Amino acid sequence: MEIATRSLWTLVHGMGFGALYLLAGSGAIVQLYLRSSTEAQTQASPTSHRFLGIYLTVMAALAWLTVLTGTYIIYPWYRAAPPVGTVNLAGYPRSLLLSNPATRQWHSIGMEWKEHVAWLVPIVITAAAVVVIRYARDLRNHPQLRSALLGFVAASLFAAGIAGFFGAMLNKNAPVDGGQTIQLVQGE
Amino acid sequence: MSVPTNIVPDHTSGLPNGPGAAAILSAGIGSFAVAFFAIAADKSSFVKNLFVFYKPTGALSGETTVAILLWLAAWAIFDWRWRKRNVSLPRINVIALVLLGLSLLLTFPPIDDLF
Repeated sequence: MEIATRSLWTLVHGMGFGALYLLAGSGAIVQLYLRSSTEAQTQASPTSHRFLGIYLTVMAALAWLTVLTGTYIIYPWYRAAPPVGTVNLAGYPRSLLLSNPATRQWHSIGMEWKEHVAWLVPIVITAAAVVVIRYARDLRNHPQLRSALLGFVAASLFAAGIAGFFGAMLNKNAPVDGGQTIQLVQGE
Repeated sequence: MSVPTNIVPDHTSGLPNGPGAAAILSAGIGSFAVAFFAIAADKSSFVKNLFVFYKPTGALSGETTVAILLWLAAWAIFDWRWRKRNVSLPRINVIALVLLGLSLLLTFPPIDDLF
C-alpha cells in the first residue's frame, strides 16, 4: 500500500484541515445559536466562554492551514503547464480538465470559484474568534454582536462547503498526483 | 465609505461594541477585497501581472495577499478609532453581511463574467 507525496498533501489539505473545519463549523453554529438569547449567555460559565474562544481559534487555524496548503503547495501542481507536445496530461490536472469539453467547467467554474471563495473563510472566522475571546462573558451585553457572529460563522461554513465540494469533485475528475512514492504498508 | 459612528447605548457596562464592530466591518471589507481583486485581475492582464507575487501560484498569490493586508489595515484603523466607543452596530452588521454576501456572489465565475 503506497501513496504519492502530492496525493498525501491533497489528503492533508482536504480530508485533514478542510474536512475538520467543516465538521467543526456545524458545532460552532450550534454553540452560538444556543447562546443567542441574553439569558443563555448569562447562564453560561466562564469555562464554556473560554472553550468557545479556543474552539473558534482552532477553527481559524484550520482555515488558515487549509487555504495556505491549498494555494501554495497543491495549486502550483494543479496549474502547472505541460511541456509542448505532452500527450498524457495525467500529471497536469488543469490542462487535463480543459482538454475535454465534458470536464472543462470543473476548472472554469469549480476551481475558479473554489480558489477565491475559500479565502473568505479564514478572514471571517478569525474575526469571529477574536470577538469571542475579547468579549468573553461580556458578549451577553451585545445581542447584535452575537447575531453578527452567528451570520459570519454560517457564511464561513457555506464558503468552506463550496470549496470542499469542488475540491472533492476536481480531485475525482483530475487528481493531483505524482511525486515521490511513500510506502505505507509493505506488500506480502 | 461613510462610517456610522453615532453613540448608541447597546449595553450598560463592560466593553463598548466598537472593537467588535471594527472586527465585523473589516472582515466584510477584507472578504469583498478578495472578490474585487479577483475580478480586477480577471479583466485586466496588467493587474493580473501585478498580482503575480509567487509565480507557481500566479495572480492568486497577490490578490489574496493584498486583500489580507487591506483587511488587517482596516481592522487596525477601525479598532483604533472605535476602541472606547459604541457605534451603530445594526448598520455595521448590515454593511458587513452585504459585503460578505457580495463576495460570495462575485467570486462565482458566471457572475464575474457579467462585468
